[in-house]
Amino acid sequence: MTRLEPAQMAERLAQDIPDGSYVNLGIGMPVMVANYVPDGREVIYHSENGILGVGPTPEPGTEDPDLINAAKQYVTLIKGGCYFDTADSFAMMRGGHLDIAVLGGFQVSADGNLANWATDNEKYPPAVGGAMDLSVGAKTVYVLMRHTTKAGEPKILDACTYPLTGTGVVSRIYTDLAVLEITDNGPRVVELFGDNSFEDVQAVTGTRLLPPA
Amino acid sequence: MIDKRVASLREAIAGIKSGAAVMIGGFGSSGIPFELIEALRQHGADDLTVISNNAGSHEIGIATLLRDRLVRKVVCTYPRSQGSVWFEKLYEEGAIELELMPQGTFAERMRAAGAGLGGFFTPTGYGTKLAEGKETREIDGVGYVLEPPLKADVALIKAHKGDKWGNLAYNTAGRNFNPVMAMAADMTIAEVEHIVELGELDPESVATPGIFVDRVVAQEGIV
Repeated sequence: MTRLEPAQMAERLAQDIPDGSYVNLGIGMPVMVANYVPDGREVIYHSENGILGVGPTPEPGTEDPDLINAAKQYVTLIKGGCYFDTADSFAMMRGGHLDIAVLGGFQVSADGNLANWATDNEKYPPAVGGAMDLSVGAKTVYVLMRHTTKAGEPKILDACTYPLTGTGVVSRIYTDLAVLEITDNGPRVVELFGDNSFEDVQAVTGTRLLPPA
Repeated sequence: MIDKRVASLREAIAGIKSGAAVMIGGFGSSGIPFELIEALRQHGADDLTVISNNAGSHEIGIATLLRDRLVRKVVCTYPRSQGSVWFEKLYEEGAIELELMPQGTFAERMRAAGAGLGGFFTPTGYGTKLAEGKETREIDGVGYVLEPPLKADVALIKAHKGDKWGNLAYNTAGRNFNPVMAMAADMTIAEVEHIVELGELDPESVATPGIFVDRVVAQEGIV
């Protein structure tokens, strides 16, 4: 089976970010998407802590201690960028002003429910941050995640077993094996990577998939 | 005459009582009133409820309040972060209470408190574990959760510059939760890098109007 590396997964998703989009990239693999948006597209990145126009990592020695992204890494501001407080930042999310949110996922269900903030490990303190606001508020939610867990268990399921982040919020799933789209009739495979067959991908998925149209 | 400046950090946190609910501005390490937190730690009030986005990390800021066991409860959105060892230790011991909520709900609950609202309906969290037991309503076909205002006795906030009337301007993304917390507490105490003369702040750059601020103190370089 062809399995894309995380950078290749981010690169594939980046092709689907249109020119002129306002985009929020989640912590982890999603932030890599910014490295691969094709030249010539103007994309404005939002950060939940109050930034529109997040730029690249600063040169060593030029970091501004207050200028960080949601993952608490130092960033810069592009020309034309701006700052605002957290209440305004989340108004942008919930109010439907963001075009795309790219989020990581533990599980996605056939009807587009997302679980990405808590597992069933009760000893580990839960943390939710902005995940729920982003998932319900962005016009389009793309999930970037491996197709299965490290143990090989499916992450795309009839129903999520982990606590939900949002219900019916996911539009597309970009995995290391394929691209899937959530339709009213369930997830449809829209692209298979390398020599992966529909049957290969179905075999590691916990819900019935629809074949490419 | 209005003069909200106080001469020292010690004076700035005077009167904070054990059992107080204390908002602390900042996100990660950005916009955190580190010096006020250190003054609060030395002040010695305990049984505190800390309301802040994160629950501290390493051996600085909120983590030191946890380490010294001055905190009974944390109200936050993201207690885990790199180096959040004190929170994790106390949580595992069952020595700290956690109230977790989505970050937008957290910010808006404080804004509602500061704006005199009785709460608001948000779509965030609808149908999830974090909305369990809460009143819900369907409005134009969308499910919403009723969230109450979130107030505190004290807010400790951090700005770049402030004047004697309490007008504040921030540095870059250091603004984050500081303006909403300034609105939501009975007593708002601002730590600033620079105290400036009245009129020196460009009125367009004032992100927290002085009406929301009770005390302004300059950093002393203690952390």
